[in-house]
This record gives sequence, C-alpha cells and structure tokens, in this order.
Amino acid sequence: MKKIFSLIIMSLLVLNCSEDQDDNLTIGPSMASVGFSFSHEWDGTLINSSNLQTETVTNEHGEVINMTRIRYLISRLELINENGDTYLFDGYKFTDLEDETTYDFEPANNSIPVGNYTLKFIWGFNETDNIDGAYPDLNSASWNWPAMLGGGYHFLQFDGMYNVDTTPDPFNYHNGTARVSDGVFEQNFAVIDLPTSINITNDATIEVKMNIAEFFKNPNSWDLNVLNTPLMPNYDAQKMMQENVLSVFAIGSITQ
Amino acid sequence: MKLNGLYIALIFTLSFTSCGSDDDNDDYVNQPTPAPLNIPQIFSDYILDPVIPIDNPQTVEGIALGKKLFFDPILSANNTQSCASCHRPQNAFSDLPRFSVGIDGIPGDRNSMPIFNLAWNYDDRFFWDGRAFSLEHQALEPVTNPIEMHNTWEVVVQRLQEHPEYPSMFNSAFGNGPITEEKATKAIAQFERTLISANSKFDRHLLGLATLTPEEENGLNVFMDEDRGDCFHCHGNPNNPLWTDNQFHNNGLDATFADLGLGEVTGDPADNGKFRSPSLRNLAFTAPYMHDGRFNTLDEVINHYSEGLQNSPTIDPLMKKVDEGGVHLSDEDKADLKAFLLSLSDPSFINNPDFQN
Repeated sequence: MKKIFSLIIMSLLVLNCSEDQDDNLTIGPSMASVGFSFSHEWDGTLINSSNLQTETVTNEHGEVINMTRIRYLISRLELINENGDTYLFDGYKFTDLEDETTYDFEPANNSIPVGNYTLKFIWGFNETDNIDGAYPDLNSASWNWPAMLGGGYHFLQFDGMYNVDTTPDPFNYHNGTARVSDGVFEQNFAVIDLPTSINITNDATIEVKMNIAEFFKNPNSWDLNVLNTPLMPNYDAQKMMQENVLSVFAIGSITQ
Repeated sequence: MKLNGLYIALIFTLSFTSCGSDDDNDDYVNQPTPAPLNIPQIFSDYILDPVIPIDNPQTVEGIALGKKLFFDPILSANNTQSCASCHRPQNAFSDLPRFSVGIDGIPGDRNSMPIFNLAWNYDDRFFWDGRAFSLEHQALEPVTNPIEMHNTWEVVVQRLQEHPEYPSMFNSAFGNGPITEEKATKAIAQFERTLISANSKFDRHLLGLATLTPEEENGLNVFMDEDRGDCFHCHGNPNNPLWTDNQFHNNGLDATFADLGLGEVTGDPADNGKFRSPSLRNLAFTAPYMHDGRFNTLDEVINHYSEGLQNSPTIDPLMKKVDEGGVHLSDEDKADLKAFLLSLSDPSFINNPDFQN
C-alpha cells in the first residue's frame, strides 16, 4: 500500500512540476477562454425578467407598448482577429428574456489566442443550419417555423400589446424564413458584424447588448397600426425585420 | 518501468474500490430492478429526454407499487376514492364531469387534468396553475385536499403499514425502513411517468405508417397558419409531438377572473387568468375542456378561439384579433381543424392493459 501511495504522490509531483515550468516560460497567457453575456435594453432602460412585462415603452413611430414575451436565436458566433483569422464557436444561442439563465453563452471550444478581435454572428440560422426539426431543444421549446412558410425555426418571437394608452391590441413580431409565394421561400437570416474592437488579454466575458427598440426603428420606422399580426406570412414585413435587426446589437463591456 | 508500476498500482486500487461497492450491493437485499422509460421513437427523434428525478429512478417494484396505490381507495379518508376515481383510464386519466366530486360530495372548482407524457413537462410545474413543483409533490396534495380525499398522510401511512401487502411492496421498491408519504408519492410518480401516449393516427403519420385525410391535412394547415388557427405557438407542432408548451397563458376566456390561476400562486397580477396549456392529445376522451370544463365539445372550443375571445389586461397577445372576438374561421376550416385535432387521439393509450386496474 505504501508503495502505491508513494507512486501516486510522486506522479502528481512530477505533473505539477512540469506545469510550473511551463508557466515560468511566459509572462502572460497566450491563450484565453472567452464567454458571452447578453444584456437587453429599450433605448437605455435595462430589460430583464423582472420588468419585461411591466415596462411601458414607446416605439419610434409613437405607439405605446407593453411587452409580453421576447425569445430569439443566434448562431455561428465567431471572433475575427486583425490578421483575418476566424475563431468559430460551436453551437447556437436561444435566449428567452423571461429566463435569465439563458442570457449567457459559454461555447465548448472557447479557447482563443489573446489579441484584438471583432465579433460576428448569424441572426437566426443560415441556410445550412436552418433544418426543419433538427434540434430537439428548440423543438421542445416549440420554436419551429411552419413548413408552409419554409420550415426551420423562428429567429425571433416578440409578442406584446400596442396602443396600450388608448385601445390595446396584440402584435406578434415574429421573424424567420420569408415566403415569396406558395412553395417559394427566401432565406431571411442576417449577418451581424459588429465593428467594435475587442481586446482580449486574459479569460474574458464579452457583453453583447440588444436594443429592443431598434427592431422598430432603423431603417424602417415600424407602424404597429399597420403591421401588427399576422406578420409571419407577410413577405415585406419579414424583409423589413431582416433590415432592422442589423442595428439591434452592439458590443458592451469586456470583463477580464 | 516506473510508469508500468504506476498503472498496475492504479488498476489494483480501482479493482479494490469496485470490490467494495459490490460488497455493499450484496448487503442490500431489496435492490429494486431498474425499469427505464420506454421512450417512443417520435419523442426520441424530435424532443429532449424526459425529466426523471435523480432521487426517484424508475424501477419495476416502484412502478408496481405506484400503480396499486393509484387505484386503491385506501388513500381517501373513508376508503371510497382512489386517484383513478377522478383520473379514469378510459378518459385518458381525466374525468367526465366538469368538476369532480370529492368524498364528502363536494365538487371542486377545476376540471380534472388528464395524465400522460408528464415526464416531458420540462419545467416540472403541475396542476392547472403550476402550484406543484415536481410530480412527486403534486401527488401529495389530493390526499389531504378537504374537497378531494380529505385525509391525512399520517392516517394513510398507518393504514399502509398495517396492510397485508404494502409493507413488503415498499421494502421491495425502496429498501427496508418505515413507510413514508415521500415513498408513497415517489411510487405514484413512477407509475404516472409510465403513462406514455404516442400512438395516435398522427403519430403513425409522422412515422410514415398512416395517411391523413384531405380534411385532416387542411386542419393541420389551419392549425399551423398564423393567419387562421395559429394554434402552434402554444400547442406544439409536428416537430413537438407533445402538443403543448406546458406554459401558462390567458387564452381569453373571461373579461374578469373568478379564478386567478397562476396569479393566485405567484401573487403577481400580471399572471392573473393564466393557466397551463393542456396537451391536445386524446381530446376524443378528455371532454369537457378548459381549466373549468366550461366547454362540452370541441366545436365550442374552436368557436371560442374563432369568435368568442374576451379581452382582459393579461390576455396573451397570441390571441389575435381579440377586438373582433377572434380570427373568424370558415365553417370548413373549423370542421377540418376538428378532424385534425381528433387525429391526435390515441385509443391504444386508454386501452393499454398496463394502465388498467
């Protein structure tokens, strides 16, 4: 028994020693682990599970709104360094604003060299990934996009009431594949390419901010009196959403 | 050489540890037999695995005990009602009356919920208002509810302890030791998790084993069309064959609430009038419908969503055109929607001999 313990202890010592030697060779880490933390706001007012349903907001066009439900999907997050090297993270991110445990994204392959990066990701799923019924977790969340509209998955479900100061009416701002005509569909994902430089010097959490108000703002000022529901089969509304999402995201603070 | 020695030493250590575990197992004479759930292909193909609590694995002995308890009126104060009195197998474990009547002849105020596929309720919140977290906790309540079984768990445990068969069944399922309410509800939950329904005509259609009629096909399109039924945002879709989101919604039944539902549980006025979406499976057997059983037929249910919506401050925005009472489906679409909904019913579930007393 003594011999066994000696062997185990010795081997542990050997392993520890070699790690220490490695550490001494470099001044700072050459590699860093990165994670993402998503925050949500309405033009500067933080929105989370506590106030999603209680905050009353006004959109660009002037409709007074109460929000009920916001869920969205992004995929293919990648960091690109100054040399153009790309670090693509596995998986996709499904966020439900009612569930704050979904705000963070810790990819499995999260190790990258330290350096300067920009962030790029796909709003929704691109053509390759948007496979009808392929993701059990998204199916279980009833996140599917109807086959008659091209199938695959929702990119966004944003439900609420507008004109709550006068005559409240429902809106369902849902985004996914666009139907051109019966049986003819057009991909509707968006490439979100954020220009802000992200300097990674150590293990880091990158905050990605969503400004919900931007869905109604730029370049299309959204008139909820006209475009409220149903919007899923409405080609023009779907393409306007694809345009408006481009200004929704921004880089926030980098914690490292 | 040194490395070889280390490997041998490690292997020896591991072997020694394994032997120790085996010895422990041998001492535990009542080791129950694992009985993992038989997950239907359409579930394993499309949705996440079921929720099984780590401290209550499915076992042959636990399921058998749970089944006996489920059908045994010993749980009620006057020995007249079992779980199955209000959760009848032939009604997909729901009940025929709008409100079930308890042992003292007093009716409740909610319709008895059907019981199937409960292990796939991922948020693990039960009852129409979500007040019980986990199936084990749900099973505690009807025994002590004064208008249901009107009993105490102390009495139940004593009766079970004095019973000729239960003590040995509990020992087989959970090892030696006193009978407890926790063990009883664990067993009932194990049995309930075996109540799996996945063999409707539509399930067989998904597996390529059945063909929908043109009416059922159109009904599915009404169900999936945001411009018509738009049922799928709360009630699943062909890729989510649970046919419920198990979430809480105000579906426009009333302008004011006699029953606050989820709001009563959370204390949040924003939750008033919200109830858990029931599955649309087995509707052929589960009338009447809604949390208060107000609709006797599927036609009444469809008419409600089509023309009868009532506005209120917490109405779900998915209830479109509430100012017009709903989306006003055509008669043909209503009939086809009903045909599709009935294709989700599973006669083999209500006739499964494993689920009968």
